[in-house]
Amino acid sequence: MKGNRSKAGILWLFNMAWRDGRASISRLLLFIASIILGIAAVVSIQLFSENVKQNIQSQSKALIGADFIIDSRQLPNEKVQAIIDSLGADAYEVNFPSMAAFPKNGAAKLVQVRGMEGNFPFYGTLETNPTIAASEYQQKGGALVDATLMLQYNIKPGDSIKLGVVTLPILGTIQGMPGRSGFSSSVAPTVLIPFRFVEQTELLQQGSRKEYQYFFVAPDMDMDLLDETLDPILDDENADLDTHTDTSRQIGRSYDNMGKFLNLAAFIALLLGCIGIASSVHIYIKEKLTDVAVLKCIGASRKQTFLIYLIQIAVMGLIGGVLGTLLGIGIQQALPLLLQEFLPFDIEVSLTIQPMLMGVLLGLIMSVLFALLPLLGTWYVSPLEVLRVSENATVKSRKIKIINFGAIILFILLFSIWIFKDILFAIAFVLGVFITFAILTGISALFIRAIKSYFPTAWGFTARTSLLNLFRPNNQTLVLVLAIGLGTFLISTLYFTKDILLAKTSLDNTSENANIILVDVQPEQRADVEASITPSGLSVIDNLSIVTMRMHSINGKFTNDIRKDTTTTIKNWVLNHEFRTTFRDSLIPSETITQGAWVKEVKPGEPVKISISESLAEDAKIAIGDPIVFNIQGVMMETTVGSIRKIDWARLQLNFMIVFPGGVLEEAPQFHVLTTFVPDNATSASLQQELVRKFPNVTVFDLRQIYTVIEDILGKISWVINFMAFFSILTGIIVLIGSVRNTKYQRIRESVLLRTLGAKGKQILHITALEYLFLGILGSLAGILLSLLSSQLLATVLFEEPFVPSVVPFLIFLPAIVLLVLIIGLSNIRSVLQSPPLEILRKVG
Amino acid sequence: MPKILKIHELEKSYSSGSKKLKVLHSISFEVEEGATFSIVGPSGSGKTTLLGLCAGLDKQDSGTIELCGQNLGELNEDERAQLRNREVGFIFQNFQLLPTLTALENVIVPLELQGVKNATKTGKDLLEKVGLGDRFHHYPSQLSGGEQQRVALARAFSNSPKILFADEPTGNLDEETGEKVIQLLFELNKEAGTTLVIISHDLELANKTQHILRLKGGKIISNEPTLVQ
Repeated sequence: MKGNRSKAGILWLFNMAWRDGRASISRLLLFIASIILGIAAVVSIQLFSENVKQNIQSQSKALIGADFIIDSRQLPNEKVQAIIDSLGADAYEVNFPSMAAFPKNGAAKLVQVRGMEGNFPFYGTLETNPTIAASEYQQKGGALVDATLMLQYNIKPGDSIKLGVVTLPILGTIQGMPGRSGFSSSVAPTVLIPFRFVEQTELLQQGSRKEYQYFFVAPDMDMDLLDETLDPILDDENADLDTHTDTSRQIGRSYDNMGKFLNLAAFIALLLGCIGIASSVHIYIKEKLTDVAVLKCIGASRKQTFLIYLIQIAVMGLIGGVLGTLLGIGIQQALPLLLQEFLPFDIEVSLTIQPMLMGVLLGLIMSVLFALLPLLGTWYVSPLEVLRVSENATVKSRKIKIINFGAIILFILLFSIWIFKDILFAIAFVLGVFITFAILTGISALFIRAIKSYFPTAWGFTARTSLLNLFRPNNQTLVLVLAIGLGTFLISTLYFTKDILLAKTSLDNTSENANIILVDVQPEQRADVEASITPSGLSVIDNLSIVTMRMHSINGKFTNDIRKDTTTTIKNWVLNHEFRTTFRDSLIPSETITQGAWVKEVKPGEPVKISISESLAEDAKIAIGDPIVFNIQGVMMETTVGSIRKIDWARLQLNFMIVFPGGVLEEAPQFHVLTTFVPDNATSASLQQELVRKFPNVTVFDLRQIYTVIEDILGKISWVINFMAFFSILTGIIVLIGSVRNTKYQRIRESVLLRTLGAKGKQILHITALEYLFLGILGSLAGILLSLLSSQLLATVLFEEPFVPSVVPFLIFLPAIVLLVLIIGLSNIRSVLQSPPLEILRKVG
Repeated sequence: MPKILKIHELEKSYSSGSKKLKVLHSISFEVEEGATFSIVGPSGSGKTTLLGLCAGLDKQDSGTIELCGQNLGELNEDERAQLRNREVGFIFQNFQLLPTLTALENVIVPLELQGVKNATKTGKDLLEKVGLGDRFHHYPSQLSGGEQQRVALARAFSNSPKILFADEPTGNLDEETGEKVIQLLFELNKEAGTTLVIISHDLELANKTQHILRLKGGKIISNEPTLVQ
């Protein structure tokens, strides 16, 4: 007999798979529907996430007006110019401080002249008054002047401005302009002119303080890679690279957390897909075991029966994957149309190939992987099953079970690594889900044991039967508790996480945060300026002394020598930078000490221990205890690094890289900065008018425009988090419906039998309702309780935010999911109640 | 006459919880090629277990089973399946048709497993022979019990088996339909020269075979020919 193999070939296997599938179309549809839903969830969430990420990313580009900028304090040398040429700058400018005169009233003021060539900005808008001025100033050869400055000197569009030897007409006021703005980059108001007039001004002489900026548009370029490869080269040549991704620093953790949240949503979608696939495959194959026994009885080999159903599952997985992907694409395409009214921004719908490919692969691989374990039943099922004798009919190899389980975990892990791009996170997440899975399995086992041990024999027939259904052979307790429990766990986790993040996506735009900064306030003006602010109901938030200085030596080496040292790793900018420092006796909310100790005050003769920012410590290669000598307008000041601070730059407040303790700089030449918060445009305008009238030397910076951009981004982030959470929750619920619906055929035979024996419809309804009620409550409660733990972990480890649990999952999810399970469970046996028993039995085979 | 089935000192037990339940005790008998043979006994006497072992659907604890010249104890699961596919036919009490295949497809599965080319024609001929020429494309759920058992008959003879095992073939049928099915079974058997082994507790049916083996409590209580020749 050995070697005398069956001659039925692979085509016959496909044929059998097709015949079997064709006849079980209704069950197959249920099965494929679960796959489709799971895959559609993964694909649409992935695609939509990609779209909103890109959208918000492009919003962050509006902060610098380009994808990246190369800047240099001098005319780029040959090497830098070659880099700029090879990358192809889309616009460029030179900016420099200069005195500007207004012929109308003879006033003069220090301004920041920006000579621009090209259509900058490429992202965001140059807001001018009149609006047309933004597009005409290049062609008409006029100047655009900072709105506050215009207000200060009562200049109107149509008047002229004199820069050096050139007089240009003022075409409009600058209301807002992308680009690094605010206190940190400039202390003088902007005057924007076409580049071609810069030379004519004759202001740029050898040794003039100036900056060249080259703006690039490269939406497809990898900014991190660019930063990694180009920045060190440019740094060596005294040039610098700024990418739009750097600006996400300004949006801070909210932006990072949104990315993490979207990854989490994709991961959860994957798991929801797995639940849908696993629960349907499990039940589908279970129903096929008798057919397998018949096939074996009439001579089919184990391999043949196994392959017939493997082929069937693989093909269905593939079809489900393709249809799910198409549905996912459809949802992603339809969302902007359906939600036009509610979307706070336009979503550019684009298709990325990766999520689509993953959708198809996921359908195929996950279906096969989840089918393998129940399919192994076909390998071990005995042909004796057909003779009603069944002993250890489906004993499976432990080794194969472990291998199969391992393969599933490995696949989910690989997928998670693809989503998170971080092996440790992926391992932690998969481990978390695995533990949840184990706990839910344990809960089902304990539940079954508890019912068996404390079975309420005194209960009525229907209640007792429903309880019996929970542990007798053919029970669905484990499958449904796992499906409902994991589903609820995932959607509650998403809900809790959403709350954690939304608590942080509002900019604290309250009177605590300053949005007007007054610079160049002289020591003798401090009290008067303060007195001008407070009567109008506003409060002075900061009142700081600023002392400018440069580094003279670091760790005993003169900065001049370090500049010449080709081996130094100290960043060039540190050696050239004019630091604006302050002194105070305490930390502000945006700061935390990471190394060393904060020194409040030093007494005469004591060493001066300063505090520096982490970024400065890294770029200047300075550690605690290192000596630094500063040149404060000709006076050398010896200091040592006493502490290093982590600064949350996202907070729009006055942050300083270097802070001195009290008792050192009080007598140094200084100017003052005062800040306040204005609630609206009108207050801002009247305050500025009053201040410039009384204190012409004071420069006023209105940060409200930056606030608006950032607030806008935060608003979108908040919308995205909210939307993705609810979209994923909805998907989870649909997958859950599919899982419960899959159990349709589990109870039909029993119900029909009861019906045949004379059970009333009401009794059958009671039995079914109670069974699903028990399972619904157990699964959803366990899921929500476990999600409390997972959310606490996510809050602490991933998002680094506090977690205050909401009651919504308990008050809404729990009853809603129980009700849903109940309704689907009852709808599963509807046919039993409406049709004669024999008809049903014939239909279900 | 040569023997197609030789059973010697066959024993079989099943586990029931922690206890072992002995179902068959030292069973020995032989069946001649082309004969009709019945195994009768009350419920729980071990009839079905014996049939399962004889057909290679299960493994014995001890003793030997020789079917069609092959010692089943020396064959693995797939080799036994091959043997069944080539030499054995089955009829079951509850028909055991594949619910997802049509009547015709059910009939030709054993032939397709052998790689036979004109399986469909043979299948149609067989269905015509059992009077179901107009039911080729009906699914089992669309057929009556008698029709289902006739499809099962056609399937059982489709691979021209040397031996056919019938487990309570009329158990799920009414008297009249059962009678017709049995008539058909014997006609086909005679025509094909197949050995027929019937399991039944119906003595009337058993008396139609040439030999009756009586079982009780897992032991043979008699093994004798009937008057039928």
